[in-house]
Amino acid sequence: MATQQTRALGRIAVAPSVIALFLWMIVPLAMTIWFSLLRYNLLDPNPACSPLTPWALTDPANRCLAGASNYYYFLTDPAFFRAIGNSLQLVGWVLAISVIGGILLALLLDQAIFGRNIVRLMIIAPFFVMPTVSALVWKNMMMHPVSGFLAWLFQLFGLQPIDWFAHAPMTAIVIMVAWQWLPFATLILLTALQSLDEEQKEAAEMDGAPPLSYFWHLVLPHLARPITVVILIETIFLLNVFAEIYVTGSGGRAGNMPFLVYQYGLISNDIGGASAGGIIAVILANIVAFFLMRMIGKNLEA
Amino acid sequence: MGTIVLNNVSKSFGDVVIIPGADLEIRDGEFIVFVGPSGCGKSTLLRLIAGLEDLSGGRIVIDGVDASDQPPSKRGLSMVFQSYALYPHMSVRNNIAFGLKMAGLPKPEIAAKVARAAATLNLTDYLDRKPRQLSGGQRQRVAIGRAIVRQPKAFLFDEPLSNLDAALRVNMRIEIMQLHQSLGATMIYVTHDQVEAMTMADRIVVLNKGNIEQLGSPLELYNRPDSLFVAGFIGSPKMNILENNTIGIRPEHLALSEKSGEWEGTVMLAEHLGSDTYLHVDAGRRGMLTVRASGEFPVGPGGKIWMTPEKGRIHRFDAQGRAIR
Repeated sequence: MATQQTRALGRIAVAPSVIALFLWMIVPLAMTIWFSLLRYNLLDPNPACSPLTPWALTDPANRCLAGASNYYYFLTDPAFFRAIGNSLQLVGWVLAISVIGGILLALLLDQAIFGRNIVRLMIIAPFFVMPTVSALVWKNMMMHPVSGFLAWLFQLFGLQPIDWFAHAPMTAIVIMVAWQWLPFATLILLTALQSLDEEQKEAAEMDGAPPLSYFWHLVLPHLARPITVVILIETIFLLNVFAEIYVTGSGGRAGNMPFLVYQYGLISNDIGGASAGGIIAVILANIVAFFLMRMIGKNLEA
Repeated sequence: MGTIVLNNVSKSFGDVVIIPGADLEIRDGEFIVFVGPSGCGKSTLLRLIAGLEDLSGGRIVIDGVDASDQPPSKRGLSMVFQSYALYPHMSVRNNIAFGLKMAGLPKPEIAAKVARAAATLNLTDYLDRKPRQLSGGQRQRVAIGRAIVRQPKAFLFDEPLSNLDAALRVNMRIEIMQLHQSLGATMIYVTHDQVEAMTMADRIVVLNKGNIEQLGSPLELYNRPDSLFVAGFIGSPKMNILENNTIGIRPEHLALSEKSGEWEGTVMLAEHLGSDTYLHVDAGRRGMLTVRASGEFPVGPGGKIWMTPEKGRIHRFDAQGRAIR
């Protein structure tokens, strides 16, 4: 379509932004990789560099090359497997809740109910609350074992209140994060529902499809693509959940990969180890993304 | 069997009355066309018969059974939608079979029926395709296939050809008419295109503002319109209406002459269609007239011509727009 000249011109025109984006991505990544290969601990400013690494750096921080040992220690840390397990649990549960709940809520909000616009606005609201704030609100207002709303509710029914963050920290985190992401799923699925062709509904009515068959054969296939979008986007963000865990102090038992990297870097002051953890997290996220795209990516084609 | 009787059927949305009250008897095996301008209530009437809208008043009787409160699927009718409304995620086969599956028919029976419907409509080679892989005409045929496979008492068509291009429309028109002949089923067909109405219908229902303006065979409507509205709506080009809406004469019923005649006029514009020539004539105090001349006509814009109405072809109307006979 385009001539040689316009194509060349186009490449020159987009070059600055492509280069800027490339640097934006590659500089932090390269630095992280570099740090992950160093013995770089803020609590140990004068490390005795191993005789195996005689090319010790002579810089103010006295860093010296560590080879793959940061990776070795990170990957053999029992906390690493716990963190991966927690990450996957969190992603899996929140995805399940937000997709299934999102479909149900979207079906509900698609009806002509009274005050629909207000209800929609209220449903969307949690998505705009910043995670730190939502964690504080959930911790102190909803889930507080003595003065929390849920404790009051439990007592109302004669049940023993749960000390959420002591006994079920993972469940608590899942509830909080799902509360934030359910609106996102609802919003996307609702817009998809509203684009369902009116005459198709009527054709199904003429064909005598009962509500469940109608949902199964027409609505669900129609929602396949938006569900894929929800899963992809939410997975990206849910792998990065940190604020809720940090603020509620649930990192000990419900800590995920980002929290483990935080522990390495800011609690142990081990920059090298944290960098190695970060790179491992990037690789894992890419593996997850690869399988995700393979599994459901075909829904996005055509 | 497929008789449908509408008994004082009415429909209003809130304060807006769409159909004030319609009475109609549709005979078994009849091809009946609802025609009228947009907003005349023809689609609403069809949807009332289908059961997709609730009645505001009156009764609908299908094959002697009061169907007024039956859900659409229980009325034994099939509908072909304007947008075809095919299920996009299902293959052609499943689209056609869906209604039968919902009715709980055994699998071999469904397969046999689908195969038969597909053969009728030349769809056998496309059964495993998705709707988006089909052309407009093929989609139309799938929509019809979905309708015939249920062997309904009557078919309802809601402007089914309006999304097709002109050539295909003529073909599909013929296919639907052939289908009507071979199935012998009652068909109700909604269109705003009076050519479709004239060519396809056994009887035409002309609707105006929700009222049945006239009911009759195409030629009855053409030759003896009951009202100014029907006179103006049926026939192409439109009937010329003269003398303060009291006299009507069709363009094809004016004899043309270059020398003498009853009415004198000046040609303003000539449309050459090959087989015919339509002349737009300024007839002085009578206003603008459209006249049809067979084949070529030698007088061009600016030329003087004389027109003579054919005997017995003049329609007279009273002040209310009703025909005087």
